[in-house]
Amino acid sequence: MKSAVVLLPGLNRDRDMIAALTKISGKPPVTVWQTDTEIPDVDLIAIPGGFSFGDYLRCGAIAARMPVMRAVAEKAAKGVMVIGVCNGFQILVEAGLLPGALMRNTSLKFVCRQVKLEITNANTMFTRRYRPGQIIRSPVAHHDGNYFADAETLARLEGEGQVVFRYAEGTNPNGSINDIAGIINEQGNVLGLMPHPENLIEAAHGGSDGRALFEGALGIAA
Amino acid sequence: MIKARITVTLKNGVLDPQGKAIEHALSGLGFDGVGAVRQGKVFDVELAESDKAKAEADLKAMCDKLLANTVIENYAVEIA
Repeated sequence: MKSAVVLLPGLNRDRDMIAALTKISGKPPVTVWQTDTEIPDVDLIAIPGGFSFGDYLRCGAIAARMPVMRAVAEKAAKGVMVIGVCNGFQILVEAGLLPGALMRNTSLKFVCRQVKLEITNANTMFTRRYRPGQIIRSPVAHHDGNYFADAETLARLEGEGQVVFRYAEGTNPNGSINDIAGIINEQGNVLGLMPHPENLIEAAHGGSDGRALFEGALGIAA
Repeated sequence: MIKARITVTLKNGVLDPQGKAIEHALSGLGFDGVGAVRQGKVFDVELAESDKAKAEADLKAMCDKLLANTVIENYAVEIA
């Protein structure tokens, strides 16, 4: 399985994502730059975290309008898997590839800590290596992770199993509605989440709770 | 040239933690009777265009495509 990582000015978790994909798949991902209009033939496209364009206007707003995101949308429409982590999630939402919006944390503070996540849908390409209801640990580091969607959208997300990760055991760090930490699109190939599973994939990280996500997406045996 | 002011505000029902913090700070400064405070954004845009109707249509398109996130925000266009 081949992967690609999208690079944009101001991202700072790109190296973590590249390292995780390289370690887990055994080969480095290709990288695509913001002005690229085509993405090579890959199975998974990852949009890493950081502060693209300095979070100007709204987090992810300017990145979402870059040429590379049109290419990501084209690939997503063809069924290629796309994962957006943290700023990557904000970019996917701003690009309209996922519904809702990510707003300022209710605490108004940047949060950098470990949270617990419940796998609320283990029937996706990304979460198939987890058990339904399994609780995993994951780091978070963000200022704008407060997920919001209107009542109709929220009902649809909940009803269709599109809420994939939920903050568990009172660890919601940002006030997001229904404790939502990550959602998937209707077709099941575009995932966005605020936590950083790529930062918990080996013993040196203090655990490997996030590893199964990439193994599932990349079709690699545990 | 046309000068326009675009105001972007949060929709009703969307929680505004920053507005809430400002509201509390105003009360703390002794301003009694401060009700709800909502924070928004203002964009002053200059347009090389003489047709007001065309300018207004363009400015609205700018709001829909970039300046506002219509999931959570409303916008108003005002041409000077």
